[in-house]
Amino acid sequence: MTVAGVLGILVFVAVLIAMAKPVGLYLFAVYDQRRTFLDPVMRPVERGIYRLAGVREEKEMSWLEYFLALLAFNLVGFVVLYGFLRIQAALPFNPAHMKDLGPHLSFNTAVSFMTNTNWQAYGGESTMSYFSQTMLMVQQFLSPISGMAMILAFIRGLSRRNAHTLGNFWVDLTRTLLWVSLPISFIGAMVLVALGNPQNWGPYVTAHTLQGGTQSIAQGPVAMMNAIMQFGDNGGGFFNMNAGHPYETPNVASLMLQLILGFSIPVGLTYYFGKVVKDTRQGWTILGAMLAMFLTGTLVMYHAEAVGNPLLAHLGIHGANMEGKEVRFGPALSSLFETSTTAVSWGSTAAANDSLMPIGGLITLFNMMSGEVIIGAWGVGLLGMLAFAILAVFLAGLMVGRTPEYLGKKIQAFEVQMATLAMIVPTFVILGLSAWAVTSKGGLAGIYNPGPHGLSEVLYAFASGVGNNGSAFGGLDAASPFYIWTVGLAMLFGRFAMYIPALAIAGSLVQKQAVPESGGTFPTHGMLFGGLLIATVVIVGALVFFPALALGPLAEHFALWSGHVFGGGA
Amino acid sequence: MSVQELKSQTLSSSAVSQAAGEALRKLNPRWMMHNPVMFIVEVGSLFTTVDAVRLLIAGNASLFNFTLQIAIWLWLTVLFANFAEALAEGRGRAQAQALRSTRTDTVARKIEASGTITMVPGTQLRVGDRVVVTAGEIIPSDGTIIEGVASVDESAITGESAPVIRAASGDMSAVTGGTRVLSDQITVQITANPGETFLDRMISLIEGAVRQKTPNEIALAILLAGLTLIFVVVIMATEPFAMYSGAVVSVTVLIALLVCLIPTTIGGLMSAIGISGMNRLLQRNVLATSGRAIEAAGDVNVILLDKTGTITMGNRMATEFVPMPGVQERTLAEAALVSSLSDETPEGQSIVQLARERFQFSQTSEDLRDAEFHEFTAQTQMSGIDFGGRMIRKGSSKSVPAFVKEQGGSLPPEMDREVTRIGRLGGTPLVVAEGDRILGVIYLKDIVKPGIRERLQALRDAGIKTVMITGDNPVTAETIAQEVGVDDFLAQATPETKLAYIKQEQAEGYLVGMVGDGTNDSPALAQADVAVAMNSGTQAAREAGNMVDLDSSPTKLLDIVEIGKQILITRGAMTTFSVANDVAKYFAIIPAMFVTVFPGLGALNIMHLTSPESAVLSAVIFNAIIIPLLIPLALRGVRYRPVGAAVILRNNLFVYGLGGLALPFVGIKLIDLGVTALHLVSLHP
Repeated sequence: MTVAGVLGILVFVAVLIAMAKPVGLYLFAVYDQRRTFLDPVMRPVERGIYRLAGVREEKEMSWLEYFLALLAFNLVGFVVLYGFLRIQAALPFNPAHMKDLGPHLSFNTAVSFMTNTNWQAYGGESTMSYFSQTMLMVQQFLSPISGMAMILAFIRGLSRRNAHTLGNFWVDLTRTLLWVSLPISFIGAMVLVALGNPQNWGPYVTAHTLQGGTQSIAQGPVAMMNAIMQFGDNGGGFFNMNAGHPYETPNVASLMLQLILGFSIPVGLTYYFGKVVKDTRQGWTILGAMLAMFLTGTLVMYHAEAVGNPLLAHLGIHGANMEGKEVRFGPALSSLFETSTTAVSWGSTAAANDSLMPIGGLITLFNMMSGEVIIGAWGVGLLGMLAFAILAVFLAGLMVGRTPEYLGKKIQAFEVQMATLAMIVPTFVILGLSAWAVTSKGGLAGIYNPGPHGLSEVLYAFASGVGNNGSAFGGLDAASPFYIWTVGLAMLFGRFAMYIPALAIAGSLVQKQAVPESGGTFPTHGMLFGGLLIATVVIVGALVFFPALALGPLAEHFALWSGHVFGGGA
Repeated sequence: MSVQELKSQTLSSSAVSQAAGEALRKLNPRWMMHNPVMFIVEVGSLFTTVDAVRLLIAGNASLFNFTLQIAIWLWLTVLFANFAEALAEGRGRAQAQALRSTRTDTVARKIEASGTITMVPGTQLRVGDRVVVTAGEIIPSDGTIIEGVASVDESAITGESAPVIRAASGDMSAVTGGTRVLSDQITVQITANPGETFLDRMISLIEGAVRQKTPNEIALAILLAGLTLIFVVVIMATEPFAMYSGAVVSVTVLIALLVCLIPTTIGGLMSAIGISGMNRLLQRNVLATSGRAIEAAGDVNVILLDKTGTITMGNRMATEFVPMPGVQERTLAEAALVSSLSDETPEGQSIVQLARERFQFSQTSEDLRDAEFHEFTAQTQMSGIDFGGRMIRKGSSKSVPAFVKEQGGSLPPEMDREVTRIGRLGGTPLVVAEGDRILGVIYLKDIVKPGIRERLQALRDAGIKTVMITGDNPVTAETIAQEVGVDDFLAQATPETKLAYIKQEQAEGYLVGMVGDGTNDSPALAQADVAVAMNSGTQAAREAGNMVDLDSSPTKLLDIVEIGKQILITRGAMTTFSVANDVAKYFAIIPAMFVTVFPGLGALNIMHLTSPESAVLSAVIFNAIIIPLLIPLALRGVRYRPVGAAVILRNNLFVYGLGGLALPFVGIKLIDLGVTALHLVSLHP
């Protein structure tokens, strides 16, 4: 580890903290229907959309109506995308003459982009036409908005009293698209073009290499997709190599921009949350807990990567672990990017996670297994963290001698039931599918590395799917029918196992009267609660994976340091 | 045995042996089903026992030894939990038994519609029936006195041996079935059908305490069941992972890990905590109609307290003689004294006492044998004495001046000033006159109960708003409110204003607690979330409340709030402790499970436990014995100090959170040292 590396990471965290308030205030203005500088342009467009779609702006929805609207919206997105992928060859903008996608891959990809996972069981430049890439991009605009809508509804559930409705899904959708997604990704794409991202619709370029061979270099609207992929915490890159590709990330400046874009909304949402519940300390506490875990993870990974591989050291090769890393970025930036991609759940990678040191891999697994709550993607990260806050309040809240309350709302049997459900399902799916994979022929066949590393690969795939992260550890045949379907199911469960209980909780809380704060109120802000929240995430959320992690990255780590290797491999 | 006697009953040896027997009986799976956490442990115990038998038959002595010990400790885990529950239940049952013994079969003298009296068994009386009860007889059922006055011995339910007066009309008209009339004769109208009397309800409540879960208990049970389910899946998935890794893990070790991870500590003690909370309330002579009400007491954020009797002594005390110009204080005091010598009211006695203290008068009522007394009545608003040609009067600031004017006297302007001043200070002015001359004013002061200020401050620190209810005018009320430090007051309170006040607080999200006794309190009691009715009160008030204070002590509400909080705190502390324990258990068992296939994982054995077998056994033993070790705490409850929630949270998180993280590391290590020293299992690493 170098001083510059650590300082850089600390400065980055400081930037995130500085970003929270302005972004949060902007979001507050957008969703509280206050004046913003975009109103003159967007307000007429918004009204037009409502008139065309027959949406009545002021009509609010109950939690069930809200959920059904969300479900319908997701379903249509899935069907349309699935259809287009199946008939890709017959559609325009296909200069590289890509063929139709098969049913397995189309299902997996459509689920993946609908759920904001962006797990890619395909290589973009070798599978997708420009038209399909654009359709994927449409989902990259829309799927994060589902998460955003979820958190908006949930926060309303916490902040409103004696009410019945959680807002109007169509209004939340439209306002997010017009005021947040479109303008910022437009600006982001412009800056990325300036930093060197290509943005064209032309045919692939054939280059003659120095050795005299030829190489086809893929082209396309890279900047456009890159901006929304990072901003929307999607992570489905234009190229198979994702953010490590020089066209996606030509330099450190563009890497930093992508990071900032990815963090902006999730970080800003914490401030927005505090603002809506009229106590910004609540938002800062949540952000503090998230960043404390994020910083710890980043530094641990950076340390592991910087120390490098002891087996190579025995061979006289000293220094950081550079396997699978872009030389341009080095261990510090790569650690920051990989912790970020698993923490914020955007899932685009700038280094090969498969080649991280075992402890580095452990960090990425931890970030996803804890429920993608360390920052997390648009809305769902904060949502998961608030579900943990509810659990923390319930577990420890009784200790102050009152029925536990969060933000004045009593946490009772129904809320506990739903929060428990939200916690159980992801654990079941990750562990159940992983267990199936390592005991079934189809599952075992897709594992390229033997020993504990193979188990890490499997755990990573399902954790990434359930967490709607979308990044891949690698070393796993993600395109094999077994993983295409299991990961596809994991993504669906991961998304909807969260949506239903969360909206049900919001629907129950919104009807409750709030207990006014007094000296007898369990304080849900400050260092103490932040620490309690972290402990809950670690003990209740992540430690259940301890047996699995012991056999995966931990076993590998200790074996590596005692000079043991697991031979063979593909 | 009365409830009172039960107070002395603690963990006697007979109670322990009875509970031990009950613990075995509770092993019945049908009973265990109601507690999913412990049910899983029982199933696990069964599996390991079967595994042990299998190993015995297979002749694998070493593994048999280990598996058998695990099986024994798992069974003990279940038994310890059952024992805790049985112990708490046993105390409740004894209390119920004591109550039931008072409900002896009585024969009642029922007044028929025709007016004749027939003898019927007490158990046949229905609502509306009238019975006559005379001295020496037991009141057959709950009712209201409609005629007569009697002294009643209620020691059977209250434990208080001093008899109480019960009389028709007024706020002391309710009588309870099972109590004994000591003097006189009363006619009672029955207000409860058989099986629905006060005692019946209390008995069924105490006995049914296990089956009736409170809202927080239900929520916690859901969470514990959820955690248990998660760990079942975690363990089920661990086996395939182990197989994939080439590790052989026995069912026994998997079950041991499962039992260690699921929240057995709180799961095993939860019902004991709830039952013992109810028992503690009973020990303070409060009967609650539901566990829900006790829990709500912990949630109360506003409490209404009657000024008289709760905040101030019931009676006003004379504290100052204020003579008018030209009058000696001694003259005023002497007049006040003679007019009060025969006045048996506490106010009168306090005047006598003050006068004697100030001027060492020696007169007694013997000296006034030929005097003529004028009793205080609601109409005259004054009392007095005529003797030796003197006419002394004392009374309200309206009636006495009127008397003086009648006698042809005039009023000094200072009198009005003093009357206003005393009123503003929260006192009651009593004007004294002799003939046509006003002598002065006696300052009767509301005496604040000793210690009440501190208790109110404690409530405020705990975040509870205190509201004083008084019939006084707002000026007087405000003075006392400021003096004792209540947050708000309701002056000139009527049943309607009380009810409105409660409703308004509830609309703002507060839970309101109050104490009441009179019939006119019943609407407010019915509206309040926690309503404590005094046993001495009317039947209507007792029906409206959800708790009855047998001692009829107005400050009991404060105790009830503390007990409510204590139950929740105890439950929360044990939950936190239980969950925090998991960390150490992972570090004990996980390396032990996989160290053979991945020797490097031995690095996770940070406690340096001797061998895989000793590590697993030590963790299981720790998990089991922590339950009986915590039984006293569960029965007694975590100590509650009325400080702010932030402080309580910090302290309890430190003790039960951090303690819960650290203690098992120490405990498991110590047990492992013992296991190693005794060579209980294979010590091969």
